[in-house]
Amino acid sequence: MAVTKVVMPKLSEAMESGKIIKWVKNEGDRVQSGDILAEVETDKADVEMEAFGGGVLRKILVSAGSTVPVGSLIGVIAEANDDINSVVGQAGGGAPAPAAEGGAKAPSDAAAPSGAKPGMAERPATVPPQPRSEDPAARKPSPSKGPEGPGSQHVQEAVAQQPTPSGGPETAPRTLQTLPSGDGGRVKASPLARKIAAQSGVDLKLIQGSGPGGRIVRRDVEAASTAPAAAAAAAPALRPVTPSVTGPEYEDVALSPMRAAIAKRMPLSKAPVPHFYVTSEIAMDRAWDLREELNALEGQPKISVNDFIIRACALTLLSHPGVNASFQGDRIRVFHRVHMGIAVALDEGLITPVLRDVHAKPLAQIAVEARDLAERARQRKVRTQELSGATFSISNLGMFDVRDFSAIINPPEGAILAVGSVRRVPVVTDDGLGVGRRMALTLSCDHRVMDGAMGAKFLQDVKRLIEEPLRLLV
Amino acid sequence: MAVMTYREALNLALREELKRDPDVFVIGEEVGLYEGAYKVTQGLLKEFGPKRIVDTPIAESGFTGVGIGAAMVGLRPVVEMMTFNFALLALDQIVNSAAKLNYMSGGQYNVPIVIRGPGGPAHQLAAQHSQSMEVYFYHVPGLKVVRPSTPMDAKGLLKSAIRDDNPVIFIESETLYNVKGEVPEDPDFTIPLGQAIVRREGTDVTVVAYMGMMYRAMEAAEELAKEGISVEIVDPRTLQPLDTQTIIGSVRKTHRAVVVEAGAGFAGMGSEIATEITEEAFDDLDAPVLRVTGAQAPMPYARNLERLKTPTKEKIADAIRRVCYADGSR
Repeated sequence: MAVTKVVMPKLSEAMESGKIIKWVKNEGDRVQSGDILAEVETDKADVEMEAFGGGVLRKILVSAGSTVPVGSLIGVIAEANDDINSVVGQAGGGAPAPAAEGGAKAPSDAAAPSGAKPGMAERPATVPPQPRSEDPAARKPSPSKGPEGPGSQHVQEAVAQQPTPSGGPETAPRTLQTLPSGDGGRVKASPLARKIAAQSGVDLKLIQGSGPGGRIVRRDVEAASTAPAAAAAAAPALRPVTPSVTGPEYEDVALSPMRAAIAKRMPLSKAPVPHFYVTSEIAMDRAWDLREELNALEGQPKISVNDFIIRACALTLLSHPGVNASFQGDRIRVFHRVHMGIAVALDEGLITPVLRDVHAKPLAQIAVEARDLAERARQRKVRTQELSGATFSISNLGMFDVRDFSAIINPPEGAILAVGSVRRVPVVTDDGLGVGRRMALTLSCDHRVMDGAMGAKFLQDVKRLIEEPLRLLV
Repeated sequence: MAVMTYREALNLALREELKRDPDVFVIGEEVGLYEGAYKVTQGLLKEFGPKRIVDTPIAESGFTGVGIGAAMVGLRPVVEMMTFNFALLALDQIVNSAAKLNYMSGGQYNVPIVIRGPGGPAHQLAAQHSQSMEVYFYHVPGLKVVRPSTPMDAKGLLKSAIRDDNPVIFIESETLYNVKGEVPEDPDFTIPLGQAIVRREGTDVTVVAYMGMMYRAMEAAEELAKEGISVEIVDPRTLQPLDTQTIIGSVRKTHRAVVVEAGAGFAGMGSEIATEITEEAFDDLDAPVLRVTGAQAPMPYARNLERLKTPTKEKIADAIRRVCYADGSR
């Protein structure tokens, strides 16, 4: 019977590592393909992980609470009488150990070790298991070690196990199998992935491969160059803090998976995408009144200001397809449907679930679906397919009394709209000074896709729709 | 265009060429009175007479040699092997005479012969009668090797083979004789040797397959379409000369390839095509080229073991998922 390796799955485009929340099955449990094995926390959501093969869950290699990179071996499914030693034997280097075991890790950068051994585990029948001594002394680089660099851990081990430490380089067993395939400098990537990375200026060392043995393949490079970045940095809620002069001076807080993803992805947007910004002030008086009137109706869903903006943007994008567009290297992709990314702030960061085909949905439906999506996002119950595919995004910080702000574009989208608060301000009227409701909208645009005038015209039409809000109902 | 079986398409090609060129004749076991072990030569003896349709004793080396000699002096023989496994008995004639005489005579002789008949695995024909014989021939410089998968190809390629001035090994299949398809009735319709065809367009992976394997790959492609994998299928049709351009062009588009062959995989057509792809399109590959081949074992008689030995739709689909990184393993 086949031995099935259970690996940390890549559950979203941006996922690089996952945390085992809990194992649903225990060692010794019989499992079928499709059974839920464990629950995994990714940078975006909590997801159930299925078994890809049947048999007995013979071994759990990564315990609940640990975080490991995508592709790491975390368990083994096999029949009760199958020999799984050769597979489990790979786990030491193959599944980069949880941080607690950090001391035993190979001295290479974080991206590389996952590339090293799982690749060999691919063919357990032809590759003899690596001898791995548990004696720490055996791991030390041999003093007689010749020209190999410090990264070649496998060779170091082999040399250290030579009976005569004075043996020259030729005595080390330097067969193909024992030469390291993933030492410090070597990144495993498909030829096509290398070509695309070279063309798009992506550094392969920064990417986690999703192919066999951590191989970087095309989809990984493309995901890195068009990573779904979080929209705009949400202002953290201010908590009253009692000043202290006695406690520790600072503390280091570990990055949550989501925070790590945001930290890594944001520069991938802001640096390569040439942003420009267009701001417009919208008179909200009529929209405000209309909203109150609508919300007073019995049996109607409550409609938010944001729903008005979503609807206005969706309709306007249809007549301004140049804004509903994506830069694709040698061309611009213009979308004929509007999938709206809606940034949702969470305590530890934010995510941007996607409301699909929003151009075809009436206001009430948008209100219901957007609320459902946001609530599930806060409970981290959105499905992974609801987190990608947006053609345009909206980030609203209105609830934080923000006058206006600029958001960072979510590549590969071409624009994002930042929404400020609806404020009561003095306004100049025909016969003097009055009080009105005003809201600032700031559109961030990818200059590779569009120019200032295009963004300004789009915003002008959004403004017109919101200021004549009955248009949103017809 | 008429709809006819693969068998009828071959028969039509022979008939048309016998009519067109008085130098063409058919020779082999049971080709005349019995009208062919698989009825490919049905009606030909009656129409063209015993000088053009020649029954022979059971002596492959002998009648193949007769054919080669006739070709050397200007005739265009079509030699039928009752099954291509029997061509092993004529291997010296084919490899040492037919393939080499043009070279060894400094171009004084050419050998415009076609050696045709069914080959490859069928249903429970066991070890000696299930061999994918093409591998024995495409390795030999001087031979062309054709494996036509459809009735239209059978007709168009057989006519080109007969008109070719070089020896052509033309291997049909017992399992395809009853396959029906559209066939042009135009007697001038031919398909040039050395041209592959894209049987199905796709974007995610190129599958190279011919004969029965091509049909299984088509079934696998249908299934995988439901999983969102778009499979392109290239049928080489002629294995020697091989149309690498069409194959490479497809791989440059899809970035992944699987090669399927019914015979054992070691040093087979899959090895050759995988190497061509690696040499010509290395930087376009997103995954190693995979082969799906028959097991390295003689063909068993038992039906269940025969299935284990042979590439199935499931095995092909699995390989496609693997090169697409869609099989869940890492």
